[in-house]
Amino acid sequence: MTAPLTAQAPAGPVVRIAGVNKTFSRGDQVVTKALEGIDLEVARGEFISLIGPSGCGKSTLLRIVGDLTSPSSGTVLVNGKPAERARLDRDYGMVFQSPVLFDWRTVEENVKLPLEILGQDAPTRTARAREMLELVELGDFLKHHPYQLSGGMQQRVAIARALAFQPSILLMDEPFGALDEMTRERMNSEVLRIWEQTGTTILFVTHSIPEAVFLSSRVVVMSARPGRITNVIDIDLPRPRNEDTRETRRYFELVTAVREALRAGGGSLDDAGTIDGGASLERTMAEGAVG
Amino acid sequence: MSVSVGPMADLTGRPAGRRSGPGGSRRAVRSVRYYLPAVLVFVGGIALWEVTISALNLQTFVLPRPSAILAALGANWATGRFALLPAAIATLQEALLGLAIGTIAGLAVAFASARWVTARGILLPLAVAANAVPIIAFAPLMNNWFGLANPLSKAMMAAVLVFFPVMANVTRGLVQVEPGALELMRSYAASEWTILRKVRLPNALPYFFTAMKIATTLSLIGAIVGEYFGGATSVLGRRIVESASALKFDVTWGAILLGAATGIAFYLIVVAVERIVIPWQAGLRAES
Repeated sequence: MTAPLTAQAPAGPVVRIAGVNKTFSRGDQVVTKALEGIDLEVARGEFISLIGPSGCGKSTLLRIVGDLTSPSSGTVLVNGKPAERARLDRDYGMVFQSPVLFDWRTVEENVKLPLEILGQDAPTRTARAREMLELVELGDFLKHHPYQLSGGMQQRVAIARALAFQPSILLMDEPFGALDEMTRERMNSEVLRIWEQTGTTILFVTHSIPEAVFLSSRVVVMSARPGRITNVIDIDLPRPRNEDTRETRRYFELVTAVREALRAGGGSLDDAGTIDGGASLERTMAEGAVG
Repeated sequence: MSVSVGPMADLTGRPAGRRSGPGGSRRAVRSVRYYLPAVLVFVGGIALWEVTISALNLQTFVLPRPSAILAALGANWATGRFALLPAAIATLQEALLGLAIGTIAGLAVAFASARWVTARGILLPLAVAANAVPIIAFAPLMNNWFGLANPLSKAMMAAVLVFFPVMANVTRGLVQVEPGALELMRSYAASEWTILRKVRLPNALPYFFTAMKIATTLSLIGAIVGEYFGGATSVLGRRIVESASALKFDVTWGAILLGAATGIAFYLIVVAVERIVIPWQAGLRAES
């Protein structure tokens, strides 16, 4: 076990969400209640998955935590600070469904990007970028350009980039939603390994029940319209988890428990299975709701 | 029992694209194969032109033979009443000046409208409206404003034509950034200036080069059309007008050919610079 790669941060929960509501309006008219009465605390080093049907607001919740959008009411504290302060302090590493890599930069330069913005010197940037790319097993691809990599490799670059500046919390918005099932399972193992190595707190949005169960210390189940937390399920699978974990009785029980919780919350499985209309809808609405 | 999957080595597959290997000669063969049909059609077309005119016994004033055009080009290359090379150089200078003015103005408006939403709201509709005006019609006015004999009046004609494609393309390149990229930069608490340097500018470069490929041709058109309406005599536009009125159509065609060659050379220079400045773009195209 290597030393934690994340910066030391104060004790207490990393994220404290209290009474958060989010409505999208057009003019004076409330169009959607995206989130209603959300309370959630995330302890340091936890791996939390948010799962729910399309339109349940899980991506919106993640974006509120990351200060990419603000709640209509309620408070979000990250490391004891308002979300905006935390963003300005660069407490967040973000990974989106699309890897958002820049084609004009090599893999290594992409990982260096946040370090440049933080004003670190060149030798530190290089050392750090290479360390992170070793961590995601892409040490041999430093000089490649993103378009020369497969989707899974691109997403690993995005993860390396997100970890490069040692954020105290990693926000991942369906990072593997666009990958095929096989690649996705491998990426799951990889994220677990990175999480164990770095000790980073992770907030992870997903549509996939197996993914949520396999990765998480807790699964937060949400329902749609209005978006609410209907259940929080502790995942007590032993660690370290590996591919064998997916075949244990307890794993299946927990998958079933999450599925039933989703069903009880009104989200049909078909809904939960559709990849992505939700997040993009939420984004569209967020853009439409300026002012 | 589980199928064990080993450690992470190369689990998510190989890179989709490989750098081109030791294949310089192979690439040469490929580019010959690529361009050969076009070259053949071109040469065939010229030959057909030559043969058809002989067969139909067409008069030179209708359409001179390619061989006659080449001969006229040679005879009037650097000297004589219709000296073409100095004329082409003078026209190229006007076009270059106009290209510079139009590009700088287009870039300025593009940056302003990318930076300030209000500026975009004011400038873009105006620019679109201005673009709907048949700009060629301005040529006599340009001559009036900047002086008939002043090369600047031709350069301004070129500049006006160049302005719009540069402005429109670069604005789009600066503004149409993947939304995720802006969110990423926001999560880094990056300033607008940093976002401009690290995201918007590189994003706009391919758009800029697309604009320049159009703009180089337009600048020559602008300069030549400006010349039609009078001014300095040793310019391509005047050579075309005067040789045509003297019924020396082979010379007219020679001048047109020279203008076309200049335009093509201009274009190829832009392509070459593009390859150097944004090599990743060529790689991207090769992948798709």
